[in-house]
Amino acid sequence: MSGDSSVGGRASSSGAAPAPMPKFAVAARGALADTALRRDLRAVTGELRRRREAAVGELGDWEELREAGRAIRDETLLNLDAHLERLEKSVTEAGGTVHWAADAAEAARLVTGLVTATGHGEAVTAAVPAAREIGLYEALAEAGVTAHPTDLAELVARLDGGPAPADPAPPAFHRDRARLRELFVRALPDAPPDLPDDPAALAAAARAHLRRRLLSARVAVCGADFMVADTGTLVLLESEGNGRAAVTLPGTLICVAGIDAVVPTWDDLEVLLQLLPRSATGDRMSPCVSTWTGVTPGDGPSELHLVLLDNGRSAALADEAGRAALRCVRCSACAHVCPVYERTGGEPYGPRGGGPIGAVLTPLVEGVEDAARASLPYASTLCGACADVCPVKIDIPDLLVRLRGRVVESRRRRPVPTPELLMMRSAAWTMADRGRYEAALRSGARWARLLSRGGRIRRLPGLLGKWTDARDLPAPPVHSFRAWWRARPRHGGDR
Amino acid sequence: MSSRERILRRVREALGEERGTSVDVPRRYRRRLTAAEAATRADVIALFTERVADHRATVRHTGADDLATSIAAALWAREARRVVAPADLPFGWLAELDGVQAVADTGLTDLDTLAAVDGVVTGCAVAIARTGTIVLDGGRAQGRRLLSLVPDYHLCVVHADQIVGTVPEAVARLRPDRPLTWISGPCAAGGPEARRVEGGQGPRALEVLVVED
Repeated sequence: MSGDSSVGGRASSSGAAPAPMPKFAVAARGALADTALRRDLRAVTGELRRRREAAVGELGDWEELREAGRAIRDETLLNLDAHLERLEKSVTEAGGTVHWAADAAEAARLVTGLVTATGHGEAVTAAVPAAREIGLYEALAEAGVTAHPTDLAELVARLDGGPAPADPAPPAFHRDRARLRELFVRALPDAPPDLPDDPAALAAAARAHLRRRLLSARVAVCGADFMVADTGTLVLLESEGNGRAAVTLPGTLICVAGIDAVVPTWDDLEVLLQLLPRSATGDRMSPCVSTWTGVTPGDGPSELHLVLLDNGRSAALADEAGRAALRCVRCSACAHVCPVYERTGGEPYGPRGGGPIGAVLTPLVEGVEDAARASLPYASTLCGACADVCPVKIDIPDLLVRLRGRVVESRRRRPVPTPELLMMRSAAWTMADRGRYEAALRSGARWARLLSRGGRIRRLPGLLGKWTDARDLPAPPVHSFRAWWRARPRHGGDR
Repeated sequence: MSSRERILRRVREALGEERGTSVDVPRRYRRRLTAAEAATRADVIALFTERVADHRATVRHTGADDLATSIAAALWAREARRVVAPADLPFGWLAELDGVQAVADTGLTDLDTLAAVDGVVTGCAVAIARTGTIVLDGGRAQGRRLLSLVPDYHLCVVHADQIVGTVPEAVARLRPDRPLTWISGPCAAGGPEARRVEGGQGPRALEVLVVED
């Protein structure tokens, strides 16, 4: 649903190189220096945590629901080919058309082609988490199609001249009103020049603008949270109501969803419609849930296209780690409890989505060969909060550790070993022999005590200095445990 | 090779020997409300009322005999002059309207008309107590989806026997082949405080009339 999901890399398992992006620590610097953003993130994640906890706490069977959710998603993935074929059949029988996109470029091409084929030069978009992943807006613009995003966050970003935001949270009208008023007066068509800066008036101006757009829309592009294989039903959960409008008003509806969004049966919704809203926003139910099965004559779009997007997802199915990660239903609960995300926001994780699951999915799907993707599994303290809240029980810290292993393995194959690898090799050699180990301990402790001031070491020399960049190290004691053990007085009865 | 074949082949190859393993879904969660949540039918209705009100919607109770009067009273309170309703709304519902014009949607009502009316009156398919949700399925007394989307005020009539306790009970009652809209409060006021969704689409005011016998 409103997940901090969205993908931008034009990577695909067919061999295209992943889009260049900076390493996590570098990308996060901007966010870390932005105190307003950090205050905002802290407030928002804090409240979402409290709301989630309250919403989950009032159910006595949450753990049973999570177990069921996990099993439903496992069943989905282990039989994904069969479920996709069934989905295609049921959507087609209900009057829809199914398209398959092997990679991002093909998805963008398909959607663009479908829009231009209608003969209309414009389309509204609503709740399309894959928009960044497939480069949707760029592709539509190239084809001369005017896209009108109707998610509030995207509307504001668009007026600002920026790209689609990583975190699709709606703008905070009550906190950001001066900036938003200035932006609306300048860039929002038909906003009155004397627009007051009170939150209600700003919200009303945005609503009125989007309402006009949606009422006159002939073509809409939307996403789907779930696709039910046995009935062909597409399901969209949202808060803003623009998705509801987009699946209702235009004559042509184009829905883009990852192949992993399929679920086997209608009854599975009884679990997922409990897990997702409570995890994502702490709502007992999302304000708007729309479901549609093909086309309904006389009610809603007369033409429905479903674009099924692979773009690396199938490759992630190859091992247990990937299958666990693909259980994700994109609730973002893991991001809201993550101490790293709370400080950096979603942007530094790259276009495939932020938070702990983004740090897993991006390197899983796009590989760990380049430094940026390889840095993501380290963007975590491994505190485990994400695993506790995941509604489909993905053990995210375990996956992060496994991916760190994968990063190390991939570097091991390089012709020139990394300094870390050299260090680990020499540590292995030292620790393999008791004499060598104790000698190293003695001299190490001596050197460390020389470097310390007041019992703390503030800066280690050379490459080791990276460790002390962000923390002090306590000075080692005069005697090691081994020395103390050997020298301790022995009393006969103690043993 | 088409992309369809390519994707399916990739999926099959990636899954390898694991492919086709069927997983038993442990459905040990509760399908009904617990006795602590609602011991009697009256408790279920009370829970629904409380949860709808949590969504900043207005809830009123009425008897079957007073329904027409209650609908009229609600519309007068809004100072509504012109409302739209599905063509198959039960005849008696709008019998007491005095000074309010009701337009029956024959499937031809245009968007401009809909955007200009003061409200819409519908029934519903199912209502869920635990989540405070009403579900419309386009069936009797509910009309096309855009009918309950475009006007700014939605008055929804819920019969007590349409209220179920939980999401599983609702899913079991609903038909997947119908276009469903699950409404939990007015769209423009949902969401957490820190991410308050102001400026959302859909009716800004939602009023629910619960009909008890």
